[in-house]
Amino acid sequence: MTQKMKLTQLTEMLQELNIESLEGVTIEGDIELNITGGGGLNPALAYALGSEISQISLHMANIGRMLGFPAEQLFASAFGMNGIPGPQAPSLGTTPRMQELLASKFEVAKMSNWNNPIQEVTLGATSADGGSRKSTVTIGGENALPYYFDAAMPHRNYVTMDVFDMPIGMAKAVKSNYDDVINDPAEWAKKVVRDFNADMVTIHLISTDPLIKDTSARDAAKVVEDVLQAVDVPIVIGGSGNPEKDPEVLEKAAEVAAGERVLLASASLNLDYERIARAAVEHGHVVLSWTQLEINAQKELNRKLMKQCKVPRDSIVMDPTTAALGYGLDYAYTNMERIRLAGLMGDDELTFPMSSGTTNAWGARESWMVASPLKQDSDWGPREYRGPIWEIVTGLALSLAGNDMFMMMHPTSVQVLKEITQTLYGSIEAEELDISNWIGAEV
Amino acid sequence: MKINSPLEAYKYLPGTNCAICGEQTCMAFASHLIDRSKKLSECTPMLEDKFRKKLDQLQGLLAPEIRQVEIGVGEKVVKIGGDDVLYRHKLTFFNQTALAYDVWDTMDEKDLVERVNKIQGFKKFYVGNFLTVDMVAVRSTSNDPKKFASAVKKVVETTDMPLVLCSFNPEVLKAGLEVAKDRNPLLYAANKDNWQQVAALALEYDVPVTLFAPNDLDLLKSLAKTFAEMGTEKLVLDPGTFPSGKQLKETFSNFIKIRRAGIDGDREIAFPLMAVPLTAWMVHDDPVSASYWETVVASVFTIKYGDIMILHSIEPYAMLPELHIRDTIYTDPRKPVSVDPGMYKIGAPTKDSPVFVTTNFALTYYTVESDISSNKIDCFLWAIDTDGIGVEAAVAGGQLTAAKIKKGIEESGFNMKDDTSHNTIILPGLAARLQGDVEDETGSKILIGPADSGRIPGWLEKNWPPKK
Repeated sequence: MTQKMKLTQLTEMLQELNIESLEGVTIEGDIELNITGGGGLNPALAYALGSEISQISLHMANIGRMLGFPAEQLFASAFGMNGIPGPQAPSLGTTPRMQELLASKFEVAKMSNWNNPIQEVTLGATSADGGSRKSTVTIGGENALPYYFDAAMPHRNYVTMDVFDMPIGMAKAVKSNYDDVINDPAEWAKKVVRDFNADMVTIHLISTDPLIKDTSARDAAKVVEDVLQAVDVPIVIGGSGNPEKDPEVLEKAAEVAAGERVLLASASLNLDYERIARAAVEHGHVVLSWTQLEINAQKELNRKLMKQCKVPRDSIVMDPTTAALGYGLDYAYTNMERIRLAGLMGDDELTFPMSSGTTNAWGARESWMVASPLKQDSDWGPREYRGPIWEIVTGLALSLAGNDMFMMMHPTSVQVLKEITQTLYGSIEAEELDISNWIGAEV
Repeated sequence: MKINSPLEAYKYLPGTNCAICGEQTCMAFASHLIDRSKKLSECTPMLEDKFRKKLDQLQGLLAPEIRQVEIGVGEKVVKIGGDDVLYRHKLTFFNQTALAYDVWDTMDEKDLVERVNKIQGFKKFYVGNFLTVDMVAVRSTSNDPKKFASAVKKVVETTDMPLVLCSFNPEVLKAGLEVAKDRNPLLYAANKDNWQQVAALALEYDVPVTLFAPNDLDLLKSLAKTFAEMGTEKLVLDPGTFPSGKQLKETFSNFIKIRRAGIDGDREIAFPLMAVPLTAWMVHDDPVSASYWETVVASVFTIKYGDIMILHSIEPYAMLPELHIRDTIYTDPRKPVSVDPGMYKIGAPTKDSPVFVTTNFALTYYTVESDISSNKIDCFLWAIDTDGIGVEAAVAGGQLTAAKIKKGIEESGFNMKDDTSHNTIILPGLAARLQGDVEDETGSKILIGPADSGRIPGWLEKNWPPKK
């Protein structure tokens, strides 16, 4: 059924009522309204007409009120409202095209295909579990991408700070923090825990490299014992990166650290990973499964660790490689994100927590060079400020890709990375801020 | 995009394999439409009348899920939005996050001009190009239309970068628009109180407009729906950027929710997103802490779906990481990781020129190449096939070995003894441990270069030509 009414008819009606004009309403031309049961009208036009008619009806209601009829009560009961909002006075001489915001409800679905949780892995063991750590660190267990609303993240991110068994070349901004402890790994370890809020300590046994000092596995193990004595947080033990020497070094280290549930760094496809895995299983440690920016290699190594070496699922952490901001972080980021998404969607060869060698950021020239080597560049500013932020942004990007644990070097970087990751995790309280007029803020 | 296979796009194409688009077949062209590496307009036969209906249909199917909005005019025009995926590896992210740095209308005129010049002059060379920032945001801190107009005028005279005009007062915005109307500036912002007047301005001047609803997604969606209904889809959504604590976590959730809903097909909210890391300055007094935190917040929302952002710190230690994290996220992951292995001549090398070794990881190669060529050094540069892995990692992982280097040199047809006068190879500092092995394998003299190729010029001064 179609009802027809011409606007001119309204005017005629009004004339009959002896009302000369309607303030704010002008009816131009002779519009014929065809209101059909449904469809047919373009929504924008329909809306405009609806608005026009509603406006007119308001004025009609006002006329009704002038004639003594309580029109507002009729509106209130008809629309379930307590009052009728009056038309807002337009400014700037423009007639508002719409009187009210269109109601809308925002809705979004949770991810339906993230139903495979990431493995939980605990590092460190207290006396109750045969170790001597005062506390332990548990990572993993996620059911969603980090900090997402789909599922709460069970554990925050953790930072393990680097300690070396001999003085090494470092960016000036980093080195100035360690000048007093650079010859004493135990003191160095104490310092990062006590002064820099490190959750864990990584002792890198780099002097064992035959091309550096060729320190024996036995002597290196003594350094591990010293560090375990010096601090009571969980530790990571790193080799020198020499594929021939590392298995022997890490075996010995695993032996002296028996029961402490350290993270052995690392097993990789280009060395005898089986020896490292066996040492971990035998002495109750966790293996770091390190591959180079290649998701299939990561699957292969994890599979070998599980199937061939019988490493339990709760004793594997992955390091899919960290490239610094500006130096391949795009690959590192996407590699981690793909690994985490694959894990959440059911690939059990990739459902392990991840660790990042965030310290690699200090390899980027932007973090340590006094100035740009290229004359065309704008001034790079003071490197004291450039370095830490390079390490922060490198780590932060990977935290958003799913990385759980960060190996880092600069105290400021550690502090800021912890602040942002724990803010996104939800454990940092701050005074509520009103930003509704941020434009005028004096900054 | 509503379709995801070339076959679905192919159905709408002429099917004549005319090759005008540059592809041999319509099917090949269809696959480029799906991965967005070609535009439908490149198929000129589709413009014929008889294809009009199919063209319209296909255009609708190919339109990105998130609308694309243009700000500014001419060469410096900035496009934002236009995305189709939630993860960059699924395709790539389009239209990198536009970075706008602020000036304000209570600034001294001289300071304002100087600041604008710093913003537009900032550049950083990277892999063959300069990284630069995009826009200037003019904030009205005076709330005085005259002052705002005069500040906008000064900015317009100083730069042709696109502008964001920032005020919640429509009178102020109008004054700015009068001065900058030919520049297609972005209005900031319509909120729950001023939306009618700001909508009127956006429509009258036909400019893009930001909708601001701090931590209220229902309101934000209402605003977007209402503006669209009123006749403009040139919209940018700002769900509010709270700089700290639980509010920041909420902001993070909001960005993810809006983008997920948009990609999932909720057209009413599928618009580009604005973040305002500048709010970090409202909670930090110390400028270094504020710059740091602003950079951190900017990084989070560059990675998670911010399409445009307003920033305050113009310190290089803030701008450099901001530019690099944006490049990181928006680099097309489909582009090759490596360059072809082989010997490259830089400049015009002779028999006396140095011979450098690096890897075929594209980033490493281009970094070394630009460091050498920008310093006008003539030399030979070898890209060894390391499966596209950088020097340090390739040495650790066994992809860069003495045997690989020997093989690389041999395969390039270069002969160290005949083609150089010095029979000397310079290894990267990070490959120092290979020195002995390479010497044994190649029989050449091996020098260890600097760990960073930026130091090659200084290194050459001290070490080249090699001592006999």
